[in-house]
Amino acid sequence: MVTECGTTLLERTRGIVAPYAGREGMLVHALQDVQGVFGYLPEDALRVLAEELGVSLSHIWGVASFYDRFHFIRRGRNTVRVCTGTACQVQGSRNVLQQVEKLLGLRNGETSPDFSFTLETVNCVGCCGLAPVVTVNNEVVPAPEMERVLADLRKGNGGND
Amino acid sequence: MTRLASAADLAALRERLAAQYASGEPVVRVCTGSACRAAGSLRVADAVTEELRRAGIQVSVRRTGCQGFCQHGPLVMVDPEGWLYGGVTPSDAAKLVDLTVRRRQLIEHLACRHPETGRPIGSTSELPFYQRQTRLVLRHCGLIDPTSIEDYIAAGGYRALARVLETMSPEAVISLIKRAGLRGRGGAGFPTGRKWEAGRAATGTRKFVICNADEGDPGAFMDRSLLEGDPHAVLEGMIICAYAIGDCREGFVYVREEYPLALEHVRIAIEKAREFGLLGKNILGSGLDFDIEIRRGAGAFVCGESTALMFSIEGKRGMPRVTPPRSVEAGLWGCPTCLNNVETFANVPLILNRGADWYAGIGTEGSKGTKVFALSGKVKYTGLIEVPMGATVRQVVFDIGGGIEQGKRFKAAQIGGPGGGCIAEEHLDLPIDFESLKGVGSAMGSGALVVVDETTCMVDLARYFLSFTQQESCGKCPPCRIGTYQMLRILNRIVEGKGEEADLRKLDDLGRLISRTSLCGLGKSAPGPVLSTLRFFREEYLAHILERRCPAGSCETLKRLTIGPECVQCGLCEETCPQHAIMETENGLAIDLLLCVNCGACVSVCPMECIAEATGEGGANDGTGDEGTGPDHSYH
Ligand SMILES: Cc1cc2nc3c(=O)[nH]c(=O)nc-3n(C[C@H](O)[C@H](O)[C@H](O)COP(=O)(O)O)c2cc1C
Ligand code: SF4
Ligand code: FES
Repeated sequence: MVTECGTTLLERTRGIVAPYAGREGMLVHALQDVQGVFGYLPEDALRVLAEELGVSLSHIWGVASFYDRFHFIRRGRNTVRVCTGTACQVQGSRNVLQQVEKLLGLRNGETSPDFSFTLETVNCVGCCGLAPVVTVNNEVVPAPEMERVLADLRKGNGGND
Repeated sequence: MTRLASAADLAALRERLAAQYASGEPVVRVCTGSACRAAGSLRVADAVTEELRRAGIQVSVRRTGCQGFCQHGPLVMVDPEGWLYGGVTPSDAAKLVDLTVRRRQLIEHLACRHPETGRPIGSTSELPFYQRQTRLVLRHCGLIDPTSIEDYIAAGGYRALARVLETMSPEAVISLIKRAGLRGRGGAGFPTGRKWEAGRAATGTRKFVICNADEGDPGAFMDRSLLEGDPHAVLEGMIICAYAIGDCREGFVYVREEYPLALEHVRIAIEKAREFGLLGKNILGSGLDFDIEIRRGAGAFVCGESTALMFSIEGKRGMPRVTPPRSVEAGLWGCPTCLNNVETFANVPLILNRGADWYAGIGTEGSKGTKVFALSGKVKYTGLIEVPMGATVRQVVFDIGGGIEQGKRFKAAQIGGPGGGCIAEEHLDLPIDFESLKGVGSAMGSGALVVVDETTCMVDLARYFLSFTQQESCGKCPPCRIGTYQMLRILNRIVEGKGEEADLRKLDDLGRLISRTSLCGLGKSAPGPVLSTLRFFREEYLAHILERRCPAGSCETLKRLTIGPECVQCGLCEETCPQHAIMETENGLAIDLLLCVNCGACVSVCPMECIAEATGEGGANDGTGDEGTGPDHSYH
């Protein structure tokens, strides 16, 4: 990651954190913004964050690890989430997960080696009327259409695999 | 737009807008709520707009929030007639403009049909799904464009706020809310007026108002829909709350990150309200200073709990703390904080506009007003609905939801999510209100209502909820952290056919212990789904334990092999079975389920191919999306 972003990682992180410095309780938001840029929380970025916000790295670690949505290792460019909320569960989300696992060649929680996809589950995205659903990069997709959407993404990604 | 400097300015603006929005004009309303959006409604809206432009017709296309009838999206409502079209695609746009907008004709094949008569519906008011609801809190949802503050104002928005600021004392507001009998919609049903009163009485250097839009319950989408479809109503409620508790200049809306559209709409609403002088300094010239910021959740269910939520806003781990002190006395950064749910706030302008007595006239003795539910699962019509408190489960499931899909049987309604419980068939006529639900070991929760039929295994459903709460436990207290883990282990064993009868007792004991001794609501309510299924569906637990059988036919490891009628009794299977589980009976060969280990050896040798997995009484749901997941096309 550092090689990919080079020296800019530090500068970019400073840029993200700047508006939050000196404001109370902005740690979670700052972490979300850092993750929004890098896709995960690189350790070097967390060090910058600690400096700029004037808190310890272990404090940041403690907070970030508490929340499900923060990640400490690099993730795929596309995130596919299978909803396993109640309505989706009742409508067969377990099979949908198996289907997506097969389609992507990934197990739940894994990222593909070429970093094109990350697969995980989510607890309800509030579209239970269409259950079972999958989200692809935060867009809700009804399960029957998922195969087509994923195929399109593959193409868009320059045919990784 | 210049800032509105007084209530008179607001009234003048509303009059100007009303002239523009003269009723009787045709309007095309395309639902762009999350579900319809996922079904492609944005492309429909674009196509209709383009088609109107090409035809040179001046008719507005309004992109609205959720119109409720999610199962049939993308939805398009055409006014003034109130015609409702379902399953609309961009290629329908030309016809829609030509026939409906220009010639005012109903396009029958797009129109929703009456479920009983099959007749195309003239307008939404004739559709049982809508007819049998009381849409008060949802009154703007699906009608106005949520990104337009003008739409909200034209519909009467911010009128309550103006009246409050001009003519009412904070005490009068609180007493009105108390008289109306409004109780919090976030789950516990705490009287809102009393909370505000305590907020007013509390003193501190700063005071805060927080809107809890975390909505972590799986199966719930009421708060999401309200924020997406009518965000100003929630803001208006928050501003009135700030005025009522006094000395409050800062507010937060805590929205979960999984709701990008709700976040976007709230952001726009806050900006617009600021621009119009409805947030910020000296609101409507009344001297009230109050502003609202958004805080995003980061995927922890427990952060919906009020004290945890406040820690999360402070940038800490969202772990609940012991109360007292209550948050209204010492909440965010130790200052008095008034926290309410989205729907609670959305009720406030309604009560102020129509009066406490009117409001108290709706609902039951102890639960006033209406409740919004997210209806999902195996009902014909899923969606966003609103009924008066005290409506029965039967009314919701059968009258509004249209009954169970594919003629299957109603088995249970799970109300209240992971902290709630299951309602069995014998309780179909139970009125839905805070007390009655509690009486049968369930809970209102935030209003998720998931209906299941005979293909869902209740033991597995209970296990599902428990694994959810076990995962989401913050881990601070042992009963919740370790107790739910132990319960989950027992449930896993039962589902795998390794349970013992004594397990039921253990589950019951553990459940009660955890409820009694956990620190916060998560642990206290976590055993709910298990305890309620143990109570009403005990025989299903027993079937798993004593007969190693899943009556719903859904538990993988208990899928059982049976020999079909094609059997010629060649005996090959009998020879092959390593367990000697196949035996001759009066009616031919049969498999002893207690011996069978599902190895499938018999299946592979049977020349008649008549040995297969039985699907249980209900027939297993294969979940491939072939059954009951798409829209019910017979409806169009
Ligand atoms: C684990 C847990 C999760 C909760 N999640 C929510 C939630 O997502 N939204 C909500 O409004 N209340 C939630 N609550 C209830 C809140 O703690 C609080 O009672 C409620 O927001 C108060 O608002 P009300 O008085 O308007 O209902 C949750 C409670 C617990 C214990
Ligand atoms: S009951 Fe559970 S979620 Fe609540 S404080 Fe205890 S461990 Fe945390
Ligand atoms: S349960 Fe999957 S969207 Fe709600």
